[in-house]
Order: sequence, then structure tokens, then C-alpha cells
Amino acid sequence: MPGLRGEAAVVGFAEYKNERKYTGARKFTIEQWADLAKLALDDAGLSARDINGIVCSDIRESGMFTPATIVEYLGRPVNFAERIDLGGATSVGMIWRAAAAIELGICDVVVCAAPARPIPSNPNSRPVDPRRYFGASSVEWGSPQAEFDIPYGNVAQNCGYAMIAQRYASQFGYDPRAMAKIVVHQRANAAANPNAAFFGQPVTVDDVLASKMIADPLHMLEIVMPVAGGSAVVVASREVARRCKHRPAWVTGFGEHLTIKTPTYAQDLVHTPVGPASRQAFAMAGVKPEDVDAVQLYDCYTITVLLTLEDAGFCGKGEGMDFVNDHDFTTAGDFPMNTHGGQLGAGQAGLAGGMSHPLEAVRQIMGRAGDLQLGQCDTVYVSGTGGVMSEQAALILRGD
Amino acid sequence: MDFEAPLPTPTPTSAPFWAGLKDGVFRMQKCDDCGGWVFYPRSRCSHCLSDALSWHEISGAGTLYTFTIARQPTSPHFAREVPQRLAVVELDEGVRVTTTLVDVADADIRIGMRVKPVYEPVSDDITLLRYRPA
Repeated sequence: MPGLRGEAAVVGFAEYKNERKYTGARKFTIEQWADLAKLALDDAGLSARDINGIVCSDIRESGMFTPATIVEYLGRPVNFAERIDLGGATSVGMIWRAAAAIELGICDVVVCAAPARPIPSNPNSRPVDPRRYFGASSVEWGSPQAEFDIPYGNVAQNCGYAMIAQRYASQFGYDPRAMAKIVVHQRANAAANPNAAFFGQPVTVDDVLASKMIADPLHMLEIVMPVAGGSAVVVASREVARRCKHRPAWVTGFGEHLTIKTPTYAQDLVHTPVGPASRQAFAMAGVKPEDVDAVQLYDCYTITVLLTLEDAGFCGKGEGMDFVNDHDFTTAGDFPMNTHGGQLGAGQAGLAGGMSHPLEAVRQIMGRAGDLQLGQCDTVYVSGTGGVMSEQAALILRGD
Repeated sequence: MDFEAPLPTPTPTSAPFWAGLKDGVFRMQKCDDCGGWVFYPRSRCSHCLSDALSWHEISGAGTLYTFTIARQPTSPHFAREVPQRLAVVELDEGVRVTTTLVDVADADIRIGMRVKPVYEPVSDDITLLRYRPA
């Protein structure tokens, strides 16, 4: 099939530690962007002069013209600049676009960054805009969400994911202990990850099920915890990758699929867009689900993991609970998944939460995962999920 | 800080829908070209992008497609409504609407159960579309 030829790779990365309470020096988003870019370039063995592309998302200091603002701040003219608006799928979307631009030959070193530490307190403090409580739902006049969803309280993420889980349960059955096991195994991985918010803090199935019910059937420990953090990766051409420090993680396949904004309007709530996205990614890379050494699945909630396992093809539709019960997702297990702990174990640092999955795939392929390093790791499947399983993307990353 | 639950502001496109709810009637758009039902109201058909849409009165009856009971407010605006019985109803016309369930005990809520509309005036201009067991 047409697509990437596998001629671009992630060659370096940077990651701030995930912290529940950030107490370090505060910097603006754009300053964090520059920090992370420098750290990731250093990691790759490249210099600022090498940058000729960037992929960003929003920054707090500038609502419009974000790419140009960042390029100006970095002092680096570029041939390629994109701003991605895919929620939790943003980072996966950044990486395949960077790889595509490199294969087109319009650039050869692209920095993708997702800063997510708190910024300095504004001395000109302004009252909190109540609209911020609607999160990803728009209250602007004429917005479908403002008119048909928000007035009923269908706001933010918890209720949407909960309603997907309830629908799944009505069609295929539900095993709360299997769902809790996803958390337990990811927390076991996180317990050995010094960058994780829950470093050294494993939990049991009973702990998960005893945590507060937030929106039936989702318990608190099945939902990510927001943390401060941030990360960046450098994507480079084959020629550049040859002179970098680490084993390149080649971007050999990707897929992206968007269907709806609000789950109410999904054609089928339990067949998610990560299905078509993953099929394209596997076909492009010429690998099958059974060929991968590890999976790094976007995990805002346990139900996201379950549906991604099914829809990406690791098990059949309706078989997810059995699959979870039959497999060990720890780094010592038969199906290593979210080996850094995922967001359920490491915390969700804004959009960097979705960068943590490709970044961990790269770390494993490079052989730099420390105590969490897998014995062999050459092929990794990665997913990203934005909105309420409404915009999803997948990557296949491979080492030579 | 006290938050008022936000109300919809009808648009030129959606006004017939909201006027209908105020009169206790569910009006939905249907495409004159492809015959598809369209919800929420649009200026073009969500099946074929035709602009030949006409308004039809429907019963509003349907089945419960999914629901959750939010034990924590989904935003501070809904603190007074906790536990929120959030739901998605599949209308007999095949389209789905976001709503909340009323007049039902939590233990009696079943996905697939028949439900019917409850027109609840929340201001002089706006009536919201809630649902209860049929």
C-alpha cells in the first residue's frame, strides 16, 4: 500500500519527570518548548542549527500563529511547521506528519514537543473564566456541543467513557476484576519507572475496585491522574539518523481516523476509530499484531485500553476481558503493554501524556529503558486517542 | 463560586426544534433527497449534504442506548444535579440524542428499555428534552 517507506526515525527524546505537585521553577509554555527541544536535540547528538521543521500544539502564550511564534522564539527558520489539534492523539499525529514531511524531502530534522508544566502566575490576575470548566466542549454560540450536549451535563471525558463502557457491558458482558487488572499491571510497571507519578506505588485489584465510583462503571483508579510534565522527540531522515547517538526507531506505519466529537453521534460506540487507524498502520508497515514485541496503548481510562486491544486486532471483538485475564502486561510478562506504566501508572501530563506512549516505544527500541527494558524489542505498536475515542491514531515503530 | 447550568441559545437553523420542545413537540429534520433523518439540526443533510431538509413531527420515543450515573459533577455547573443520570437515547428514527433520565430509580435503568420524552421548561424560552421509561 502507499504510505511511509520507513525512511524517517525518532532519533532522540526528552522527558520531564511527571510530578503531582510541581515545585520547580515556572516557565512559560514557549520556554518549556525551547528547553525540551534543546534537551531532545542533545539526546540525539544534533544541534539547534539542524532544525528545519517543527510540529506543535497550542501554547498558552499565543492562541494563533503558534508555529510561527515558536519558530521565531527558537530562532530557527523552518520549511515545515504544523499545529496539531487531536487531543490525546496529538503526539502520534505529530510524529507521522514529521515522518511524512521528511520522506517528502522538505526537511530532515523535525522537533515535536508537548510541554505541560505550570506557567508563572500572572501578576495581572484575571477572574477565572467559567467556560474553562467545559474542557474540550465548546460553549460558543452555534457549537453543536453548546446546544445539544452541554445543557444536559454531557461535559468533559468521564461520562463519555463511562457510557461507552456501559454500552460495551450490555453487548459483551463486563468483568470489573479484569478491568482492574489493567491498572494493577500498569501500576506494577510504573512502580519501577522513576519518571512515573506512581513510582514505587503498586496497587491491587481490590484497591482499584475499592476506589471511589466516579461515573458507573469507572472507579477513580481507572481514570488518569493529571500531573505536570512534558516531553519532546526529534524525528530525522535516514541520512541524519546515521550520525545520531542512538539506535533509530523507524516510523514504518501510521494510521489516523476521526469520526465524531461527542460519542452520542458515533455510528457504533464499541467499534472505535483506532480500528481503521491500526489496520492502515499495520498494512503500511507490513507487520501483523502478533509480530510486535510490545504495545504502548493510549490509556486515559481502562475502557480505552480494552477497546484498543480489540479494535487494533490483538483479540477479537468482545474477547477483551478474556484477553486481559489470560495475559501478563508487565515487563516480565508475555504481552508487555505500557511498559512505562502508561498514563494510568505514570500520570497524564497534558498532551505529553499521549507522547509518553511513542516515547516509551522509542526508549525500548533504543534499549534505554533501564529496569523496565525488555529483552528483545524491535517492533512496537503505539496508539493515541483524542476526545472520547473519537479521533485516534496508530504508529508502528521498528528498530533495524 | 456559583455556576448556573448553561442553557442553549437557539440558532436560525435550530429554532424550529427548540420552538417545538416549548410546545411539547419533537420536530426533526428529514432529507427530501435521501430520506435520512438528521439530528442535531443542520443546514445540510448529515448523510448526503443536500440542503433540501424539511421538518417533521415525530413521537420522540426510542430505546436507551447507554447511560451512566455521574457520582461527581461533570462540571461545577451540575453540582446540584448529582447524581447525574446521563443518557443517550436511540430514537425509533435511528438517530441518537444526548439527554438525562428522570422519574426512574437507578436500579431500574436498563440499556435497551423503551423510553419517551419529557419536555421540561427550564426558562421562559428554553425547554429541555429529558427522558423517562415508557
